[in-house]
Amino acid sequence: MLAYIIRRLFYAIPILIGVNLLTFLLFFVVNSPDDMAVSQLGQKYVTPEGIQAWKRKNGYDLPLFFNPEAPGSDALTETIFFTKSVRLFAFDFGRSESGRDITTDVSTRMWPSLAVALPTFVVGIWVNICVALMVVMFHATRLDRWAVFVFVALMSISYLFYIIGGQYLVAKTWKLVPISGFHGEIQPWKFLLLPVLVGVIAGIGAGARWYCTLFLEEANQDYVRTARAKGASEIRILFRHILPNALIPILTGVVVVIPSLFMGGLLIESFFGIPGLGSYMLDAINAQDFAIVRAMVFIGSILYIVGLILTDISYTWADPRLRLS
Amino acid sequence: MTADQTTRHTTATHRSLCTLPIALLLVLALPVLTACGEPPWNNPNPLVQDDLQTYQSMMAPAPPKHLDPALSYATDESLFIMQIYEPPMDYHFLKRPYELIPGALASAPEVTFLDADGQPVEESDPAVAFTRYTLRLREDLHFQPHPAFALDDAGQPLYLFDNVADGARFKQIPDFPVTGARPVHANDYAYAIRRLADPKNASPMLGFMSQYIVGMKAFSEQVAGLPRDSWLNLDDIPMDGLEVVDERTLNITIKGLYPQFVYWLAMPFFSPIAPEVDRFYHNPGFADRNLTLDWWPVGSGPFMMVKNDPNSEIVLERNPNYRADYFPTEGAPGDLEAGNLADAGKRLPLIDRAVFRLEKSGLSLWTKFMQGYYDRSGEVHSNTTGVFDQAFVVRPDGVEMSSELADHRITMSPDVKPGLYYYGFNMRDPVVGGYTEEKRKLRQALQIAFQTEEYLNVFYKGNGIAAHNLIPPGIPGNLEGEAGMNPYVYDWVDGEPRRKSLDYARQLLAEAGYPNGRDASTGEPLKIFIDVQSQAIDNTSMNWIDRVFAEIGVQVEFRPADFNRTREKLLTGNTQIFSHGWLADYPDPENFLFLLYGPESPLECDCDGANNSNYASEEYDALFRQMRVLPPGPERDALVAQMVELYRRDAVWLYAFYPKEIYLNNSWVYNNKRHGISKSTLKYTRVDEAEREKMQALWNQPITWPLYAALLLFVSLLLPGIVAYRRRQNATIRHAISRHTLSRHIGG
Repeated sequence: MLAYIIRRLFYAIPILIGVNLLTFLLFFVVNSPDDMAVSQLGQKYVTPEGIQAWKRKNGYDLPLFFNPEAPGSDALTETIFFTKSVRLFAFDFGRSESGRDITTDVSTRMWPSLAVALPTFVVGIWVNICVALMVVMFHATRLDRWAVFVFVALMSISYLFYIIGGQYLVAKTWKLVPISGFHGEIQPWKFLLLPVLVGVIAGIGAGARWYCTLFLEEANQDYVRTARAKGASEIRILFRHILPNALIPILTGVVVVIPSLFMGGLLIESFFGIPGLGSYMLDAINAQDFAIVRAMVFIGSILYIVGLILTDISYTWADPRLRLS
Repeated sequence: MTADQTTRHTTATHRSLCTLPIALLLVLALPVLTACGEPPWNNPNPLVQDDLQTYQSMMAPAPPKHLDPALSYATDESLFIMQIYEPPMDYHFLKRPYELIPGALASAPEVTFLDADGQPVEESDPAVAFTRYTLRLREDLHFQPHPAFALDDAGQPLYLFDNVADGARFKQIPDFPVTGARPVHANDYAYAIRRLADPKNASPMLGFMSQYIVGMKAFSEQVAGLPRDSWLNLDDIPMDGLEVVDERTLNITIKGLYPQFVYWLAMPFFSPIAPEVDRFYHNPGFADRNLTLDWWPVGSGPFMMVKNDPNSEIVLERNPNYRADYFPTEGAPGDLEAGNLADAGKRLPLIDRAVFRLEKSGLSLWTKFMQGYYDRSGEVHSNTTGVFDQAFVVRPDGVEMSSELADHRITMSPDVKPGLYYYGFNMRDPVVGGYTEEKRKLRQALQIAFQTEEYLNVFYKGNGIAAHNLIPPGIPGNLEGEAGMNPYVYDWVDGEPRRKSLDYARQLLAEAGYPNGRDASTGEPLKIFIDVQSQAIDNTSMNWIDRVFAEIGVQVEFRPADFNRTREKLLTGNTQIFSHGWLADYPDPENFLFLLYGPESPLECDCDGANNSNYASEEYDALFRQMRVLPPGPERDALVAQMVELYRRDAVWLYAFYPKEIYLNNSWVYNNKRHGISKSTLKYTRVDEAEREKMQALWNQPITWPLYAALLLFVSLLLPGIVAYRRRQNATIRHAISRHTLSRHIGG
């Protein structure tokens, strides 16, 4: 298994280079270093000298991908792409365009992201599985049909509606929790209740429906009939027989996102004022802060790759027949 | 497993399935029901047990990017910088028109005019080559307490480290146990100007100020060539235009005449920076922990920064070393009656602490304001969400508040910003540009057709004033009444300006060569193109504009693009009509009239010039050059009037309006008069904390029945499931058959 993991990690290198190149291309198709300078310098009294000074200070005074004036291999290394990219692979994310240290910001902001994403994820999965198993238990009854209707309805509603509706009802009208904000030291749960609740409820429709499909596929298998014939209770059949056998597709969808929980959620963090990495990314895009966008895409890619490796490893745990080599 | 074991296990599993969701709900609900303690439960602000008078505010929608006065050039950053630093000049809080007053200076700067040899001459002397500003500082200026000023027993800086490891234990400024302070010297102001010139800082003012301050450009070039491995003491490099006469006197020499320079002295760029602070922040490894002057400002103003978490909140507290400063004892007419002088003569600042929390969502901001958790509805931008707009209606005779606002005894502070938004014509465009009579008539016809007043009412809820002039109200050159009317677009009827008729616009259009909106020579319909930033306009606005021009037979095509592309079009002159805006840096007509100064055209200066209309009038340019060097007075006013007349006659902009914003204040906040230019007004703010606490408790009583209802609903959904499950689980064949038989029997 170790050899497999090492090989996968090596595969990650070209993927990361590709992702980085793509981010570069996409960003500089719509922005030039001059645009970035004007955006940072305040748009008034901006002189060519001022733009040049900003570019020099922030390392954007080089050509993007190829430097014809540089000799030999320097033509490729003395470029914005190379100078900005090579440090990423040493996990040196540098400074944002406004001068803040990105590593410090990321390490500070990942915890609020995790504080929202982790409970939403864990409670969400648990609720979805419970609801799905319940519906499976009443398969082909009136309750099942109603459940499908409710799930589809829940899936059809925009995530924004849940957020704004939750804020309007729970925080504004009923005044039960703060409408937004976050304090790590003082009663953080007070600020997390509503976003977690919204996240869980918004995910029930799609999540429970997905798990229902998986469980129903297993529910018609021979081993289930055998277990039932042997007198096992429905609960035991669901939790002891069906659930473990449906784990592979569940793990495929679940484990891969675990590392990405650090990255937070763009919408939920922005609306609830959670100072996490999701809102960090969104702010950076709005502010044309390429250094942050690049670093966040890079971190996101790494976490996704780690998630995929973890998924593969989890298969061996869920299904002893599988071996990684 | 025996049957008994199986039964026990099944029952246990069954119980766990049933109880877990209930437990989940209780986990979610119980803290709210029990652990929250006394209401209000929705208070987003941590309870702080001290006697400091605290002002609760927000930073919205984003935290400041720069707090270094050499780098910052944004209003939302000035909100902090101007409380912490004290530039040489300031503005009177209450008087209108805006009045410049000494800030850190003991008196207004002494101005001396010099010839090329440095000899004093009269202002009117054509030999004037330089102007020297002599700044004399107050005697009671002191920097805030800060570790950069802390000294050891030998009198050496306590916190200077040779390597990263030595200073690694200090993560934030409050981590330093020892602080110090010292008086502000004239050299600190000189050092700040040197920092503006240091290319390493990439100050937005470098290019502009280099045109004026003697020796700034040479200084910048010299510094650019020096090695920068460690801190460079900029004091070691002379700048010709700076002379520190003594500890409290500084001479700044600028090229030629530029009377507006004194306004720049009220801006953050000229705030004092102590060299030892700059040195402190150059300690190895400090920048990697965001310990920089850009994030931990050090000034001599009324407040100092005690917490800077741009992701969450910024906290300012009273600077114990702040100079003797008092609330003004006189104001503008009406201030006394409005209660704006109630604190006259009191020592400033009137609050001890100000907390600014990051607020990104308009709904959250508004809700917290209405719940009493924010003292005001906004700081540098009034809230413009749909929710906010529904709170009141602006009518010609005033603002009508909703009943909710009235019940909360909320007060309003209208603010006509010294700025304008406009749609400008590109005067080089072959269709709408040019200076012939026909072209003027064409533009005037379009101006008349664009019903600015209706546009503002429909899309800005009346929060704007149609501009007759490119100089906004409150600034010399903007006249009231008939004298201030644009006679090319309006007639004075019944004591007010009335837009000329559409028939007249059609007539002008015909005289311009476009009868009924068609080119007289080709018969082609007249089509105009408007470049707008995508996010700055919506379909409804575009449809409205389409409709008003259709009234005179003109077709419109919009070309939306992002900011960068729009800017590129302006730089290359590749536009016909464009949207733009300008907010004043200082309250002088020059700051607006230069928007049409020929050399400011991007096509002329090869820069981001302000004259995006590419207006080129030798007459206007000559008047501008004369006006910009004249002191305020009738002669200058006459020149300004002539320039405004040229702007109107040549119909350079399609339409323009002065933005008007309404800020709301909770009843416990006092001294809310808005200042359009200065942001150093926090020191005048006063809050009544007892009243705030009372109102917060009154307005935020939680409504708990939904919790019980949710619990009930959950149980009512769960119970039938449990019953059905138990019935199914306990069903026997005999029981099932008997039920089946019974039902058949009854049915039969």
